[in-house]
Amino acid sequence: MAEPATKKMNMIEAINSALDVMLAKDPEVVIMGEDVGYFGGVFRATAGLQAKHGKTRVFDTPISECGIIGVGVGMAAYGLRPVPEIQFADYIYPGLDQLVSEAARLRYRSANDFTCPMTVRSPFGGGIFGGQTHSQSPESLFTHVCGIKTVIPATPYDAKGLLIAAIEDNDPVVFFEPKRIYNGPFTGYYDRPVEPWSKHAGSDVPEGHYRINLGEAAVVREGEAVTVLTYGTMVHVVKAVVADQGFDAEIIDLRTLLPLDIATIEASVKKTGRCMVVHEATRTSGFGAELAAQVQEPASII
Amino acid sequence: MAHAPKDNHAPLHLHIPEPKFRPGDVADFSDIIVPEVDANPRPDEHVAPANIHALAYGLVRVLGDDHQPSGSWNPNLDVDTLRVMLRKMLLLRAFDDRMFRAQRQGKTSFYMKSFGEEATSVATTMALHSDDMCFPSYRQQGILITRDYPLVDMMNQIYSNRGDRLKGRQLPIMYSAKEYGFFSISGNLTTQYPQAVGWAMASASRADTRISAVWCGDGSTAEGDFHSALTFAAVYNAPVIFQVVNNQWAISSFSGFAGSERTTFAARAIGYGIAGLRVDGNDALAVYAAMQWAANRARNNGGPTLIEYFTYRGEGHSTSDDPGAYRAAEEYALWPLGDPVTRLKEHLIAIGAWTDAQHESLIIELSVQVKAVQKEAEQNGILGHGLHHPFETMFEDVFEEMPWHLKEQCAQMLEEQKDKFGPEWEAR
Repeated sequence: MAEPATKKMNMIEAINSALDVMLAKDPEVVIMGEDVGYFGGVFRATAGLQAKHGKTRVFDTPISECGIIGVGVGMAAYGLRPVPEIQFADYIYPGLDQLVSEAARLRYRSANDFTCPMTVRSPFGGGIFGGQTHSQSPESLFTHVCGIKTVIPATPYDAKGLLIAAIEDNDPVVFFEPKRIYNGPFTGYYDRPVEPWSKHAGSDVPEGHYRINLGEAAVVREGEAVTVLTYGTMVHVVKAVVADQGFDAEIIDLRTLLPLDIATIEASVKKTGRCMVVHEATRTSGFGAELAAQVQEPASII
Repeated sequence: MAHAPKDNHAPLHLHIPEPKFRPGDVADFSDIIVPEVDANPRPDEHVAPANIHALAYGLVRVLGDDHQPSGSWNPNLDVDTLRVMLRKMLLLRAFDDRMFRAQRQGKTSFYMKSFGEEATSVATTMALHSDDMCFPSYRQQGILITRDYPLVDMMNQIYSNRGDRLKGRQLPIMYSAKEYGFFSISGNLTTQYPQAVGWAMASASRADTRISAVWCGDGSTAEGDFHSALTFAAVYNAPVIFQVVNNQWAISSFSGFAGSERTTFAARAIGYGIAGLRVDGNDALAVYAAMQWAANRARNNGGPTLIEYFTYRGEGHSTSDDPGAYRAAEEYALWPLGDPVTRLKEHLIAIGAWTDAQHESLIIELSVQVKAVQKEAEQNGILGHGLHHPFETMFEDVFEEMPWHLKEQCAQMLEEQKDKFGPEWEAR
């Protein structure tokens, strides 16, 4: 069998491709959000999709995150598979009640009577000089909530495979896209130009359908000295630091924060005996605290 | 600390709304304007919203003081349908009475009656198709009763017993019944509003013929979800019917805290450019007629309607509050629009289709029926008395497949349970 056709893609193109593949494959998939229709999204993630798939499949919405997510819950209850975009994670909070109290709880509170197969996409994280309203990393607010899966890709290849898996998942997924690395892997060095994705691993993206299962981390560098748990933009910052400093770290890109791939983490920490967590979110009550607790809890590690 | 004045302007003052009557007062509702039947005649269902603003400030009525129907809103229902309507409203009342008492007997933790506003869930549901989707708030058990949902399943839920379809996860009365077109009730108020819009948008986008209907109270119109929902429905011309059951009270806060001192709830529609109707919520025929008008309009791509049912909450908010502590006694008895069940009964008697004797015997029949169902439900247990779903079901249905961390937490719980209570507990 021939290898599936691949193409060099940056993360935006990979996300666009995932949405395109799913719109073509599943007639229940619907995309909506502020500026996602004719214009194709402020980051161009939905460019061309309305023209290709029609206005009832890809359309603009009022500026109301509560409305976008609430309407998504209703569409999912009908039987559609909505993929709303929240333009910036910093603006997701008006929709928080609909996510936390409704989307996340629907299967549980109705004992499987109603479900919510909805994927909320949203660019998150810092590094674009956006000030405090375009830079936040609110992932731990979502990992705290029972009933939501939280996914954060770090390469174009992973972004497409994870997004397809998220859309196909029968539970609500919050899909945070590290916007700092949409066009290329930022290494943490502001004095170095960001190279385009085409010069980096993870940018050869199959044009068709493929999945990366939710809940599976990736060991992006094998090593013996220390395990580094990270995700999103920080994967590339850690890789650059490890390369520059020359220590033998094992770098784990979590990819899915919840459910967490504890088996991969456990195996690595047992091997190295040391663990370090790197994320760009608020440290206090951040996801790093959960990771720190998880690696210390199992008797097999201690 | 008072701010030192810089000029001779009169000082500002803050308005805190206050209901007209409090405990100890004798309510006087003479200022409530009850317009003549047909003061605002029924417009064509395709009318432009801009041409019916008066309906958002008026009061759609069908039954006159003589209990005879008249005017253009009269839905002209046959007597069998009217008798079914009365029967459903009485069954709802019998069910409410029984479950209220069950709470007082310690068999469950919570109950909410719909006394005085039965028409807003029963007559409305009768005007919908059976497969139209209802997004209720917490006081619309009349929808399930009208659609013949098994009473025993409702009671099992109220008792959180081993027969509870929701496995004890919801506060009593927060039902879910997809097969009956009844969305899972949320305790977070008005969240169902944008959801009903989303459901209706999905239906329209799939060229379906089903519409959705959603209910909330006067108090919860203040939630942001209400306004998001009306905006989305207006933008996409969604086939959804918004209903505000204005029963005057949100627990102890009167409707003034949702803005009723300035305008009607139906008038909220005007700013969104959608149809708005204000209806006598205790006139079951007017309620039916309004819903039928809005349903026809929605089903024919005429878009959303907002209906306000002007009614009165005859009982407390729930079993957890005492209305005597915040509102005047006898308000319900003095309510100028009467009682919906009594008015429908008098109407049937006035047209020669019903008698007092038939009415009394129906009340007894329904009470016996409900009592028998209660006995059946209690075979499955009452709240807090052991007969419930196994503890481990608490961890199920969070996700489609239980992830490792919940499996681990569940196993830990079962282990602790065994340590504490031993094998006898397990055997239970």
